[in-house]
Amino acid sequence: MNLGKNSIYEKNLSRRNSEINISSLSFLFCEMVSYCHSNSKSISELENKLNILGYSIGAKILELNCYRENILTIKKQLKRELKIIEILQFIHTVIWKNLFSKMADELEKSQDIANEFMVIDNNPIISQFISVPRELKQLNCNAFVAGIVEGVLDAAYFQCTVTAHTVPRDGHPLRTVFLIKFDPAVIERENIRYGY
Amino acid sequence: MSYYFAMIGTRDNPIYEAELGTFKQGGDGTPKFSAEMKELNPFIIHSSLDIVEDLQWATNSLYLKIIDNYYGYYVSAYVTPTNIKFMLLHENKNEENIKQFFIEVNDLYLKTLLNPFYSVNDPIKSTMFDSKIKLLTKKYL
Repeated sequence: MNLGKNSIYEKNLSRRNSEINISSLSFLFCEMVSYCHSNSKSISELENKLNILGYSIGAKILELNCYRENILTIKKQLKRELKIIEILQFIHTVIWKNLFSKMADELEKSQDIANEFMVIDNNPIISQFISVPRELKQLNCNAFVAGIVEGVLDAAYFQCTVTAHTVPRDGHPLRTVFLIKFDPAVIERENIRYGY
Repeated sequence: MSYYFAMIGTRDNPIYEAELGTFKQGGDGTPKFSAEMKELNPFIIHSSLDIVEDLQWATNSLYLKIIDNYYGYYVSAYVTPTNIKFMLLHENKNEENIKQFFIEVNDLYLKTLLNPFYSVNDPIKSTMFDSKIKLLTKKYL
């Protein structure tokens, strides 16, 4: 079979303008949520389904962004992120910028629990047109984005679970906290390798 | 000269392997491994994986250079950001070319990965991918 010039291997990976229509994105996401909703019995099942949808994207996003960021630019450096704080910063700046064309608003470390970190977005793009009905009050549709973050971290060998929680603040009713809970083994490896 | 190239997934499963021959120094592009070496190649690569797993947390570089040798054969390794390992068994040292080879393979792998019908750790069966690897061999090795 000769696919010739239209094969995926002939396409160029660098793209200057990666913006798409917010309306088409919202429409697509709306369909994803309602599809998952019609197939699930509880809120946690719905969030889980959204999470799984996002998860498969994570590894692809990480590989693509590292490639665009490092090899396709003039820097031409070949590097991976090895430390928890570095990979989180990469997610906070580079990945957020490529996904939502803005940086995430805050990056925090939990004060009480050593393996918990938080990425905070004051105004998440994909859920800005979603109004959650009262009976689903607990639901945060950013479970999908949490799935992406989890996919990215897992692919980079930082095993963790990521959940999305709505924590409104003045002027930011949709403010979402992505709670990242790392596997104890990841913390242990970090301690052995880089000794804190 | 002959090369053995393997891509190893995150569960230490091979996702692509190929024996490659050089076109340089009068080679005709066919690999010339003896019957004995043909059987040994995957074992040599597999035994080097432990070294890769140790090294990948010691340096943040993707290209790990020559990490192991086996009776006159060298093993070079490259780890992608999502921890897919590219391993190459070769006979002579040629770091710069092997680095370029790995970077271009990374490019091909990324394009495969972006295919929605491909998921991480699936074997790569595309004949297009195969012929692209052969072209890269001709260019760099």
